[in-house]
Amino acid sequence: MARRDGTTRRMTFGQATVDAMGYAMREDDRVVVLGEDISWGGNFGQFRGLLDEFGPDRVIDMPISEAIIMAVSVGTAVTGLRPVASMSFVEFTLGAMDEIVNQAAKFRYMFGGQVSVPLVLRASDGVLRSSAGQHSSSLEGLFTHLPGLKVVAPSNPADARGLLRAAIADDDPVVYLENKRITAKRGPVPVGDHVVPLGSAAVRRRGSDLTIVTYSVMVLHAEKACSQLAEMGIEAELIDLRSLVPLDLDTVLSSVVRTGRVVVAHEAWEFGGFGAELASTITGQAFDRLRAAPVRVGAAQAPVPFSPPLERAVVPGSDEIVAAAREVMGLT
Amino acid sequence: MSLTDTMSPGMALGIHRTMVRIRVFESRVEELFKAGKLPGFVHTYIGQEAIAAGVCATLNRDDYITSTHRGHGHAVAKGMELGPIMAELYGKATGACRGRGGSMHVADFSVGMLGANGIVAGGLGIAAGAALSARYRGTRQVAVGFFGDGGINKGTFHEALNFAATHRLGVVFVCENNQYAQFTSRLRTTSVEDLSVRAAAYGIPGITVDGNDPAATYRESLEAAGRARDGGGPTLLNMETYRFGGHYVGDAEVYRASAEVEDRRRADPILRWERTLTEEELMTAGLAEAVWAEAEEEVSAAVRFAEESPYPDGGTALENVFTRVP
Repeated sequence: MARRDGTTRRMTFGQATVDAMGYAMREDDRVVVLGEDISWGGNFGQFRGLLDEFGPDRVIDMPISEAIIMAVSVGTAVTGLRPVASMSFVEFTLGAMDEIVNQAAKFRYMFGGQVSVPLVLRASDGVLRSSAGQHSSSLEGLFTHLPGLKVVAPSNPADARGLLRAAIADDDPVVYLENKRITAKRGPVPVGDHVVPLGSAAVRRRGSDLTIVTYSVMVLHAEKACSQLAEMGIEAELIDLRSLVPLDLDTVLSSVVRTGRVVVAHEAWEFGGFGAELASTITGQAFDRLRAAPVRVGAAQAPVPFSPPLERAVVPGSDEIVAAAREVMGLT
Repeated sequence: MSLTDTMSPGMALGIHRTMVRIRVFESRVEELFKAGKLPGFVHTYIGQEAIAAGVCATLNRDDYITSTHRGHGHAVAKGMELGPIMAELYGKATGACRGRGGSMHVADFSVGMLGANGIVAGGLGIAAGAALSARYRGTRQVAVGFFGDGGINKGTFHEALNFAATHRLGVVFVCENNQYAQFTSRLRTTSVEDLSVRAAAYGIPGITVDGNDPAATYRESLEAAGRARDGGGPTLLNMETYRFGGHYVGDAEVYRASAEVEDRRRADPILRWERTLTEEELMTAGLAEAVWAEAEEEVSAAVRFAEESPYPDGGTALENVFTRVP
């Protein structure tokens, strides 16, 4: 792992994002943060301690009015600041869709390149302990669909910090998706000046039989699936995309042309999801090298239900990845 | 109160000149659109000139405005040159937005014009953000958010007023109450008749203004912008006006009586201002004529510039989606 000053500390995903925020805010006084409950550290502790260090001019509690959170972020971003906006749950961003889609994403293009919109939108997504239909979604497919938005979805504390620093330093609007189930996960985090550039995937495991392409919490499920597959004598290569837009297609294709088989997995709905884009692009660009049609893993086509067995029935995990891998290997 | 108590003679004449430039520009846009020279569709500002001219006269070059789908007048009043605006309407490469935005997205950040915005009330929160940014940077810049009587029923209007009022931000919310939201009279869709009363819900001043009288639009904006600059917080100005044209050029206008339109056209704010200036002995018929002639010439030059400019090359269509891609 790259670490320029050699220092690594163990911390949770959430703490890693706080560390990234603090680093960025110390480094650049144009960085401000505005969102719901952030004085109190945020719903998941992802802003803890920032108010004490940087004060209320830079750590701004917003009303639960998502449209104004985004509109103010756009307004500050085009007039010299670098706001980090926070909405506790990704579903809440839907109240700011005009500001995200029609304003933030389009300003640079629509105004002929005369302005950049350097903002980060942080939102927690995914399933956690029966949060039910309106607090469990993964909506990255909405954001990746929109030209002008960059989208990242880290899977571990090191990337959480490195990608957040890259997102804040980037001149374009970046949607930063932090999965609720991994916010409390601990891991080694390179501190100091360490950055994970946008658009760089990571190969988590080498293997020659098939390639699993995934991101966010699904990387953890895929790691477990890879171990199970290894016991069956199947060696999977695991790619953690980290950044969906821009997409590191080179890393994906260079693996797929070797293995000839690919599983694309995410927690979001399979139908019309980002995985469909991946499967189609991989098929188009590596058709001659594929030995089987790509297999997708995603949530079933229903809102996420409340009751635990129902939730489990809709949302995929490692079992579904194993099944998909066996399918793409022709073992079912 | 004499006019010169409100503004200097130079200011009075400057506002007149801005109003005339907007009127001549928009009249030409209407002709060009009907002649099939402009792609898309256009919403003209004719009849509402006293608002953009009066309000922007109270602002500095580095103050901010956010505008609406009916934004050409704001662009002119805030100091954009006519050539790049016209070229943008033509979709030419020399347009203010290099042909990427068109009529509804004219912008020039170098003069604080943060964009015409095709989403009703879409600019109000952005204006609040610009004001927050100005305060953080300690610049005393003011932000004006223009919107219409349609916008006053959007949630974003209420969210923006609440936020700006809570933080006492330097924003002036200027409602250009032209009586119709698209094709529907505001009286059929809005809970209150006097739109300024909505300010009370947010504990800020709300004032109804004769939006066709530049002395009034200037005076109230000067006070509101001064309060905004001095940390006194936002103001809601309900400027009553009338849209001479339809919602867009080509609108059949079946929703309002032609007698009503003719009646309002007789109270043309530019002619009214010329009468006032004449009474105050600030203007002669000769001077007025010269202002109109000069505006015609300037607009003709803008049209020539636009027509002689090239269209953007299709090969550049993917430029500037992002600032930087690794």
